[in-house]
Amino acid sequence: MSIELQGRVIQPGEACGVALVSAAPVGFLGGVDPDTGTVVEPGHDLEGQCVSGRVLVFPTGKGSTVGSYTLYRMARAGTAPAAIINSESEPIVAVGAIIGGIPMVDQVDISQIQTGDRVRVSSDWILVER
Amino acid sequence: MAETLGLTDEESDILAGDQGPGQQKAMAIVVALAKIYGAADLVPVESAQISGVSYKNLGQAGLEFLQEWAAMGARARIPATLNPAGADMQAWRALGFEETFIKKQRAVVDAYATLGVLPTLTCTPYQTGTLPALGQHLAWAESSAVTYANSVLGARTNREGGPSALAAAIAGRTARAGLHLDEARQPTALFDVRCPLASEADLGALGIMIGSQVRHGVPYLRLAAGLPPGADLKTLGAAMAASGAIGLYHIEGLTAEARGGTVEATGLQPSSIDSLRSGYHVLDGSAAEIDLVSIGCPHASLAEIALIADALQGRTLRAQLWVTTARPIRDGAVRAGLVSRIEESGGRVVADTCLVVAPVAALGFRSLATNSAKMAFYAPSHSGLSVRFGPLERCVEATITGRWRP
Repeated sequence: MSIELQGRVIQPGEACGVALVSAAPVGFLGGVDPDTGTVVEPGHDLEGQCVSGRVLVFPTGKGSTVGSYTLYRMARAGTAPAAIINSESEPIVAVGAIIGGIPMVDQVDISQIQTGDRVRVSSDWILVER
Repeated sequence: MAETLGLTDEESDILAGDQGPGQQKAMAIVVALAKIYGAADLVPVESAQISGVSYKNLGQAGLEFLQEWAAMGARARIPATLNPAGADMQAWRALGFEETFIKKQRAVVDAYATLGVLPTLTCTPYQTGTLPALGQHLAWAESSAVTYANSVLGARTNREGGPSALAAAIAGRTARAGLHLDEARQPTALFDVRCPLASEADLGALGIMIGSQVRHGVPYLRLAAGLPPGADLKTLGAAMAASGAIGLYHIEGLTAEARGGTVEATGLQPSSIDSLRSGYHVLDGSAAEIDLVSIGCPHASLAEIALIADALQGRTLRAQLWVTTARPIRDGAVRAGLVSRIEESGGRVVADTCLVVAPVAALGFRSLATNSAKMAFYAPSHSGLSVRFGPLERCVEATITGRWRP
């Protein structure tokens, strides 16, 4: 089956990848190891999972504004997500996606996406296949 | 999705890259944030205050980004100033900072300088030449300066983040949303403060209580007993902005918009504050031995430095004393003979940095006494320090005896 979703573009771009979905907000400074792309925040529902190359789906961001620079560093190191999809974006992750050039869409009904789905992001249009 | 954000022709051209990739990136950030905030348009800003300066917080990722953005030709179009760095950029060696850290810290300040940002290295731009007027629009990060600019001065800024304030400095604009708009500046919570306020520590304890109660909103305070003599309101707003996401407060008859009748607390049910005990409970720990006494968060004024020199009276110190301030204020204190009087006791007047952003644990300190509610609020989690909190006289006593009087 496939589902088409529409969102609002934060950083335009094209990307494909396997979805990694979190029900909890994600903070990048101290929450994700920029060298490996692994979520290291204790107790987070993605703890131990690697976000690199995945279409990372979560409700919203959290934490220090310096977290924007963590996303930038991940983009430079090749450990960043292929794309980011949020329900409602906030400034930290949005700025990180812009400066890192990571395609990002928000105002998406993320309950339609499950971990393991094949997801294609093209500007404001999202195709989910499972 | 309907596009509601209106851009001028110039803004659209910058976004399309007509003024180069550095300007384009700044406009892309400002525009994306304006969409997130639901702004109708952008507002030109008079100045920017940029946080994210200490290499301890910024890290290699932040440094590389600043260098890359500078290499793309991005330059600030409005007066832009910097928050404190992670070390005193002149006296670092005597204070025990590592040379490897200083090299990275210098590279950060140099990258900002290339971006056209003045290396003021203070959290109190309003004490060092950037004094906004009533109604002016700003893009300031640094939460304590945001509350001061909005509340005491009546200027208008949201609580910008470091990257967004830098983008606003380069684009010369920010989203016209939140505290830039009249409606967001109206009080949302009313407090009758009925207990006396005797010291700057009392103001800080009050600020912590109000910030944690209001969380997001605009507190309006009625002070039954007024302010303590010589009160400096920077400590009150710094505390509110630490325990809550407060960007603006009003004090009836005193702060910029609450003395002219621009804002009034009509229709709000007042809460009474009869004691500051719960504020002190949050801030004051249990350490008996004190390694370090920290004064100057937000950065100390010349008047505060004079008070400290007078209180020390040349006595020798058991615990280290660091008075943190802005470089031009330190220079003034040197000329006034205050720094030499504090140094004769063994205390230090440190510029460019503060103990919230310096790598304090690496300097070997374990316990700290301070009269700053913001410092006391952050030190346990940021630096792993055990903290005592009280007014200046008790902090001076602690630096002389090395103990916190029970």
